[in-house]
Amino acid sequence: MNRTLRLGLGILLGSVLAVVALAGGVIAWQSLRSEDPGVVVPVTDHQAQLAKGQYLARAGNCMACHTVRGGAAYAGGRALPTPFGTIYTTNITPDRANGIGDWSADDFWRALHHGRGRDGRFLFPAFPYTSYTQLSREDSDALFAWLRTLPPVNKPNRSHDLRFPTTKRPLLGLWRAFFFTPAVYQPDPARSAQWNRGAYLVRGAGHCSACHSARNVVAASIAPLDLAGGMIPSLDWYAPPLHGGEHGLGGWSEADIAALLRTGVSPRGTSLGPMSEIVGRSLQYLNDEDINAMAVYLKSLPAQPLPAASAAAQPEPAEAERIIKQGKKLYGELCVDCHGGKGQGSAPDYPPLAGNHAIGGPQPVNAIRAVLNGGFPPSTAGNPYPFGMPPFGPQLSDQEVAALVSYVRNSWGNQGGFVSASEVNRYRSVPLD
Amino acid sequence: MYPLRPALQSRKRGARMDYNRPMRLPTTNMKKLAAAALGTLIAGGAAMAQTPADKPRAIPGMAERMAACIACHGKEGRATADGYYPRIAGKPEGYLLNQLQSFRDGRRRYPMMNYLLGHLSDDYLQQIALFFADQHPPYPPPVPADVSATVLERGRLLVSQGKPAQGIAACASCHGAGLTGVQPGIPGLLGLPRDYINAQLGAWRNGERTAKAPDCMGEIARALSPEEINAASSWLSSQPVPADYAPERVLPKPLPVACGSMPGSSASAGAAR
Repeated sequence: MNRTLRLGLGILLGSVLAVVALAGGVIAWQSLRSEDPGVVVPVTDHQAQLAKGQYLARAGNCMACHTVRGGAAYAGGRALPTPFGTIYTTNITPDRANGIGDWSADDFWRALHHGRGRDGRFLFPAFPYTSYTQLSREDSDALFAWLRTLPPVNKPNRSHDLRFPTTKRPLLGLWRAFFFTPAVYQPDPARSAQWNRGAYLVRGAGHCSACHSARNVVAASIAPLDLAGGMIPSLDWYAPPLHGGEHGLGGWSEADIAALLRTGVSPRGTSLGPMSEIVGRSLQYLNDEDINAMAVYLKSLPAQPLPAASAAAQPEPAEAERIIKQGKKLYGELCVDCHGGKGQGSAPDYPPLAGNHAIGGPQPVNAIRAVLNGGFPPSTAGNPYPFGMPPFGPQLSDQEVAALVSYVRNSWGNQGGFVSASEVNRYRSVPLD
Repeated sequence: MYPLRPALQSRKRGARMDYNRPMRLPTTNMKKLAAAALGTLIAGGAAMAQTPADKPRAIPGMAERMAACIACHGKEGRATADGYYPRIAGKPEGYLLNQLQSFRDGRRRYPMMNYLLGHLSDDYLQQIALFFADQHPPYPPPVPADVSATVLERGRLLVSQGKPAQGIAACASCHGAGLTGVQPGIPGLLGLPRDYINAQLGAWRNGERTAKAPDCMGEIARALSPEEINAASSWLSSQPVPADYAPERVLPKPLPVACGSMPGSSASAGAAR
């Protein structure tokens, strides 16, 4: 008996030691592996390089995360909520003490392409280097050159507020071994130049997959190239699928997609929540060729199955009938003037609700939040004075919102399922950034 | 996460608010809207010739675009009977623009407003300010204050005389003798709910509301006790609003304190830099 116990303990201890040794080996490999310096292209036209860098900063929407509301541009400090705690973005102005004033183009490339700080530390993938790694060295250098022209801001970085195990940066070596391979985008010779440009922007600077693909328990994007849609962790918005299938952008024309990206509104839908920020601060500044290239690329992506639906129970038939009746009545009082009797809307000012996957898809959260808190699409050059959706939260009870959203999600061909009052209640408070 | 306004917290969910109007938001018969918009465009085109270059020209369909605002601020921005959300109709244009920009840029905190305005341009906020400054719906009768006559009298004295011993200026010394406000940056103080006034002075005391530096109201609010704030708000909210109530065009005399939100006041001219 004693011998069996001792043997068992020995095997257990041995296994633990083996796992620790393996993990240590993986981390060491991640730390010590050679890093591709990329292909540095000599710069002849510095003005053109700066213009390109500024454009890429827009395309990558660097400012949105690296600027706190009302604060100095690119000086960092914005709180990014994650399932592991709060990450505070860093100062990327050329300030020597707090920013990237002492960085070289090589250091910047190391961060963007390899996801490592100047001192070699592993960066948290809240900085989307899993996408930015696709940028060419030439584009990385242009971005860096332009950031160096910003006014330096003497604003210290705030330390992150994270929980174990995320507090231990070396453990990110394990995460990287599973979920990150540094690799510049390689054009597909079988596709057009336009398609390849779209792919480069969507997968690289645009980092669309950061929101539009679901993440696993350690916050790594699952199948980031599929853009099959998913819940955005901690922000609690649903990012709908962007592929060319039936549940994605299959019913959208390339012109519809381009309109939404460029102006925030389109015949098929309107930007809401975080997407308003993306359009307002990033996409509206891209040129027509690039926007069209992104639309072409997205439309070409193969169809994917729908992400898992939220698990709201389908009510008993009599109860369902009562809910739909109440929801229809509320719709007639509050919504019909703008969104129409068949949910057809009046684009571009009032988006359609029928066939709108952000509203009638597997997750009800966007519809709930739209009803509770309303919202404006962004002011853009193409739509400078957007129409606003009123917040009905102060006026309606959770149960009324649930009935209204259930009605919208089960009418005019929508098959989104029912919503409960407790689900509505979860989203009542407007998060403050 | 952030507390709702006090009035809402105590309200029973499910009981519909007593709005003094049917909650039928934009009365948008699309054709009517299109016709109206076209009419405004033509009229606007005719008026454009005389419009001074520095004054933005109103854009068509603003009432419909503003459906998100009137949900809480009432038809034409006249406020509702809910007792918290302030009237925005007829406030000075510069004051409204300051508030809209402050909400967007985080100087003033109210999650719903911060969220709604987050991605609107200065150009649009200017239009919104212009639109609501031009609305002049009637005021409802004042709500009698449920405080003692002593408290009311204390409020009246604070409003009309301030706290001279501590050097705190009277409300009336900046907001106008009739508390009407002054163009372009100082709002009127009558016709607002007591809860709203209390919440604003409280927000200034704890830093949730700030204005362009020098933030005169922040200094004043921090020099007042909660009892004094309640006395002043009780008196202000229970006063009837005269029929010709409108902001004064110009400051009758220089402001007694420096205020960054009031351009052209001698006190703010240097400090705003």
